[in-house]
Amino acid sequence: MNKIDFIELEQMKKNIVPFKPGDTVKVHVKIVEGDKSRIQAFQGVVISRQNGGVRESFTVRKISNGIGVERSFPLHSPSVETVEVITRGHVRRAKLYYLRKLRGKAARIREKKYVAM
Amino acid sequence: MKKGLIGKKLGMTQIFVEDGRRIPVTVVEAGPCVVVQKKTMAKDGYNAIQVGFAAKDAARATRPLLGHCKAAGKGAFSHLRELRLDDVDSINVGDVISADVFAAGDTVDVTGTSVGKGYQGVIKRWGFRGGRSSHGSNFHRAPGSIGCSAYPSRVFKNKKMPGQLGNERVTVQRLQVVRVDAADNLLLIKGAIPGSTNGLVLIKDSIKAK
Repeated sequence: MNKIDFIELEQMKKNIVPFKPGDTVKVHVKIVEGDKSRIQAFQGVVISRQNGGVRESFTVRKISNGIGVERSFPLHSPSVETVEVITRGHVRRAKLYYLRKLRGKAARIREKKYVAM
Repeated sequence: MKKGLIGKKLGMTQIFVEDGRRIPVTVVEAGPCVVVQKKTMAKDGYNAIQVGFAAKDAARATRPLLGHCKAAGKGAFSHLRELRLDDVDSINVGDVISADVFAAGDTVDVTGTSVGKGYQGVIKRWGFRGGRSSHGSNFHRAPGSIGCSAYPSRVFKNKKMPGQLGNERVTVQRLQVVRVDAADNLLLIKGAIPGSTNGLVLIKDSIKAK
């Protein structure tokens, strides 16, 4: 391992709950307003994970007031407080971009029956 | 200049700050550098120090190089560079300069040899627009007219033309030191610096520092 890897390793979170595309997660985001900070939750389906060590990010999609909202989070960012898994979904793709074209019932994801931990 | 160092560019990465922002940084292995020679106003007409970086195997060093580095007593060096300092009175031959001469928040200028691009045309080298690619233009990436005929009957000096791009000495001024790792002799400098990975760079305190 070279010295850059050590710098990156140092910043990576060690206790990340394993989650995959298809899972419904609740992301607790720290929001700083002036000198106050509060936690805001964003709940939705993980539609992709972009690996890349410390640069790893994931995209969460939810339907808010009938409008699809997607938000990407840097996984190792200090502003992403925790990622909580609500349900594990059964999907056959790594990137669920096809969900963008689907609405309502069609956009549902089957829940996994057996979760390998 | 008050202080400076020789370093090796290791590559780029990013670091997070408390509020979740990411800062792009270049990691530089800076020093330890050994003062090999001291030049003074009285003796040489200007103040400077010559520093050595990266130890060189004595068996591979030439005898003149070994003799030159002998006074410092730290073996021979692969790289020797001169740094013109305002004041050299407190520095002695054999002194070791390490990365901790800089602190987080300092502003530095970084000099290196830019990545060589070879012989390039005017579009890449000077940003010319070129012609349209279709509709029978027959004029794609050529420089076009380089001057008039009867007068001046010659091409002006410094006319932008094709030629060697890159592989030249470049200095980027006013870069911020984000972090100093004294144990590993690492400097994390915000943004990009000239040169390729493993390239030699000079890090100096900024001449335009606020």
